Amino acid sequence: MSALLEVGDLKKHFPIRRGMLSGVSGWVRAVDGVSLRIAPGETLALVGESGSGKTTTGRCILRLLEPTSGSVVFDGVDLLALKPRAMRRMRRQVQVIFQDPYGSLNPRMRVGTIVREPLDIHRIGASRRERDDMVAALLRRVGLDPSMKDRYPHEFSGGQRQRIGVARALALKPRLIVADEPVSALDVSVQAQVINLLMDLQDEFGIAYLFIAHDLAVVERIADRVAVMYLGRIAEVGTREEIFRNPLHPYTRALLQAIPIPDPTRARERAVLRGDPPSPAQPPPGCRFHTRCPSVIEACPRVEPPLLEVTPGHWVACHLYPGPGGASGG
Amino acid sequence: MPRILEVTDLSAHFPSEAGVVRAVDRVSFHVDEGETLGLVGESGCGKSITALSIVRLVPPPGRIVSGRIVYKGTDLMTLPERRMRRYRGREIALIFQEPSTALNPVFTVGYQIAEGLIVHGIMKKKEALREAVRLMELVRIADAGRRAREYPHQMSGGMRQRVLIAMALACRPSLLVADEPTTALDVTLQAEILDMLRVLKRDLRLSLLLISHNLGVIAETADRVAVMYAGRIVEEAGARPLFASPKHPYTAGLLRSMPRLGGAETGSGGGRRRLPAIEGNVPDLARLPSGCAFHPRCPDVMAECRVHTPGLLPLGDGAVACFKHHDPGGRPR
Repeated sequence: MSALLEVGDLKKHFPIRRGMLSGVSGWVRAVDGVSLRIAPGETLALVGESGSGKTTTGRCILRLLEPTSGSVVFDGVDLLALKPRAMRRMRRQVQVIFQDPYGSLNPRMRVGTIVREPLDIHRIGASRRERDDMVAALLRRVGLDPSMKDRYPHEFSGGQRQRIGVARALALKPRLIVADEPVSALDVSVQAQVINLLMDLQDEFGIAYLFIAHDLAVVERIADRVAVMYLGRIAEVGTREEIFRNPLHPYTRALLQAIPIPDPTRARERAVLRGDPPSPAQPPPGCRFHTRCPSVIEACPRVEPPLLEVTPGHWVACHLYPGPGGASGG
Repeated sequence: MPRILEVTDLSAHFPSEAGVVRAVDRVSFHVDEGETLGLVGESGCGKSITALSIVRLVPPPGRIVSGRIVYKGTDLMTLPERRMRRYRGREIALIFQEPSTALNPVFTVGYQIAEGLIVHGIMKKKEALREAVRLMELVRIADAGRRAREYPHQMSGGMRQRVLIAMALACRPSLLVADEPTTALDVTLQAEILDMLRVLKRDLRLSLLLISHNLGVIAETADRVAVMYAGRIVEEAGARPLFASPKHPYTAGLLRSMPRLGGAETGSGGGRRRLPAIEGNVPDLARLPSGCAFHPRCPDVMAECRVHTPGLLPLGDGAVACFKHHDPGGRPR
């Protein structure tokens, strides 16, 4: 299937400045050569811990941040080459849902206005009346009573606010939604409702999701494919089945083993990772994971392993898995 | 096993414009010596205020309006504040969620760990600072001697959480109250901290009250579990029976709605599936529904649930507050 979104060798480096007047003393390589593909209607989950660069990757794709280098091709169009006007038109097709249902809605706007705003901006619908009808339908679709349109965000619970955020993202009938930790701020009992809603909307409208998350149990529910990030690089990519049943990268394995299981009768086998993740300002040489890796070999501190396709569709950047072409890069 | 802590009919209220918020509403539970009690609930259910109540640190304008907090035979509620201070930190230590705000930015972490020992008059400063380094080693901080002289901002989140645990352990408390100790941490760090808490608890013979919204964390750590909803304990049982056969519809719903790694590890298909969600939203404590606070979301709601509030009554080896199991007169059904 041809890709809806194709990200190539994306980099985003942030300068470190020590003082107001001093120059740049270093770079935080938040995203350091990330390539991804998303097919129409597909959910690609981008997972990783804090500092992995997953949120920065999402923001670069949306051009909420300007990448340092790389390409972001949506439906054949290179988004990074677009002038602001053309980019605004493109935003109809690429929408976003943020993590924080409290901070991402304007507290002084009524929710009806919040959801109608994208329709107003892009002049969709023949009249205000028609747009109001669309807002009512959107609110109903995300499980909110349309009569709530005149209320303000603070009158809603976290889960309801996230539904408002979903309705706003949905208003322009996008083909891709970048959802950045959309359920991690929600209570468990409400989280499930929003996950179900996102899956239903995908089935109904054929939307593709870039689903950015740290919770692998949530990801297993919603993702078709999973990309695991560590310190600005992709460590492993594969189908949901492959990543969860046959994880290859030691980091992916450690992540899966670290998830606490709600079953007290199960004795966990767990290789606890030692130490904290290094700073992305000073990633370790060679494989970035080697300082915490339980299976480190001689090449790891010296050579950065390339991302290689080990079995069809399953890619891993690890010296333990030489690609089909023989020895891994060096 | 002897009880180390017994809380009976504890209520903590907060005045608000919308009326009295019953953040903790006639809560009773106990912790046995050497055991871990897990207190689980969602945001705003009153679990953190319960933790603070135990050491009488409910933030004003909230206050404890009733209840008994018996620690090793002494009712802490009857103590003058001066004597209460001898319990706080020394007998009962607290660990909070946010490792970045619980530390003072202008003192070295070594000093902050030693401070409790100095304040409680257990050690002189020099000795206490040496003890701080030993405590940092205990919580697996490498190169502790050097790191003791660092300031909190020089440390990562995981390191700071370890420092907070070292601080809590400094005066060798008997009871550790840990409120979401791993929530701000990444999952790999969470695993390491939980692992460490288990070892420390065993080696130092601590009793632990672990508060979390994460059922996985509770399952891996707790011997017994109390489930809170809207300021009340709705179910209490041993960890195994609670997870195997929850009695309260809220506990059952919570367990069902939680996504868990399934397909990958059990081979049961797993994967893309709708989750059985609990309908509705967590209620606002200032505007609680009548009767049982869970009734608007409950799949098993009955007429009496809308009118009467079920009390927490014994059932098997645990207790449950639900009219499915007892009638409004308190008789088993």
